[in-house]
Amino acid sequence: MKTAENKALMVLFEPVWKNNPVMVQILGICSSLAVTVQLKTAIVMALALTLVVAFSNLAISALRNMIPRNIRIIAELCIVATLVIIADEILKAFMYDISKQLSVFVGLIITNCIVMGRAESFALANPPFLSFLDGIGNGIGYGSILVTVAFIRELLGSGKLLGFDVIPGAFYSAGYENMGFMLLAPAAFIIIGLLVWLHRTLFNK
Amino acid sequence: MENIISIFINSVFVGNILLAYFLGMCSFLSVSKNMETSVGLGLAVTFVLAVTTPINWMVYQYLLAPGALKWAGFPDIDLSFLKLVTFIAVVAAIVQAVEMIIDRFSPFLYSSLGVFLPLIAVNCAILGAALFMVERDYNLMESFAYGTGSGLGWMLAIVAMAAIRKKLGYADVPKGLEGFGITMISTGLMAMAFMLFSGITM
Repeated sequence: MKTAENKALMVLFEPVWKNNPVMVQILGICSSLAVTVQLKTAIVMALALTLVVAFSNLAISALRNMIPRNIRIIAELCIVATLVIIADEILKAFMYDISKQLSVFVGLIITNCIVMGRAESFALANPPFLSFLDGIGNGIGYGSILVTVAFIRELLGSGKLLGFDVIPGAFYSAGYENMGFMLLAPAAFIIIGLLVWLHRTLFNK
Repeated sequence: MENIISIFINSVFVGNILLAYFLGMCSFLSVSKNMETSVGLGLAVTFVLAVTTPINWMVYQYLLAPGALKWAGFPDIDLSFLKLVTFIAVVAAIVQAVEMIIDRFSPFLYSSLGVFLPLIAVNCAILGAALFMVERDYNLMESFAYGTGSGLGWMLAIVAMAAIRKKLGYADVPKGLEGFGITMISTGLMAMAFMLFSGITM
């Protein structure tokens, strides 16, 4: 019993930092970076992705003995697409503004390599509960990178966090200026590059 | 006409689908190690984008958009929430068909492009272009220009990256930064260079 609990904890927490999907497995950078200009959109995106990965892992793992091997990709795509449509409709219904800002990027969760990658490499070989935890763990791992990048970009780029001013006005009168570069696309690439450097140095790889 | 040219140029340079919208990163990072495969994948992506974007436009306009089923006698039906599933299915089907057609008529092209075609079905750039085309209300010609331009822009980026990575092979990169890290940072620098085009007004 003890080892089973340990295994569940490991499955949940390993992808959060040590085996982070973005940093180590290099998955799912695609649709993620464009939403990191503001912290708010990044958090919503991270939540949406975590739910989609967790439930697609759960569903695929529950069906894993029923899906024939040679059509599994199509079956997986259908499950993922259905979940993404549900997420998209929920966002449209309850958070219309944010759903407008996220525009096509919620839809692009379908082709996000994390979802398919976890389904292929974990959910097809493990029982539903562990797969669900694996999905939550990977979602949090991905979300933490997204939120870190968004934190840096919003703080340095517009001097705000979650839309509130955090840099005191005195700084501006003393000559401090927001770094407009942080709001542009190249900054996201460079921040990710530096975060990878940090991660690899800490884990001595 | 002028409008179409401006959409085309814009999607190749200023609104580059990879460097400005971050789409198609996965295959970009894994394939750009090698020059020849980059050119091959770039060509395949351009081709598939040029074909699928207009077809998805037609599917959306005549089957899915609000009121699109008027010709069948159902003016009140709005199926636009199905666009994600439909676009993915259309892309996968077309990729499969293109693969068979190329195999039948041009074995040479098949042997150089063939291995990349299945990879493309899950490339975010293809689905992304279809979704952007809907969101920006392009018409048929515009979506063709947009698809072709995005494909060429993606190819330009991946070929340039392959060249940079070849040069980087001789560079002395700090240990933790090797591989993925330095690739992201050089992509960032390249994206900065592409941003300069945004000063051009048309």
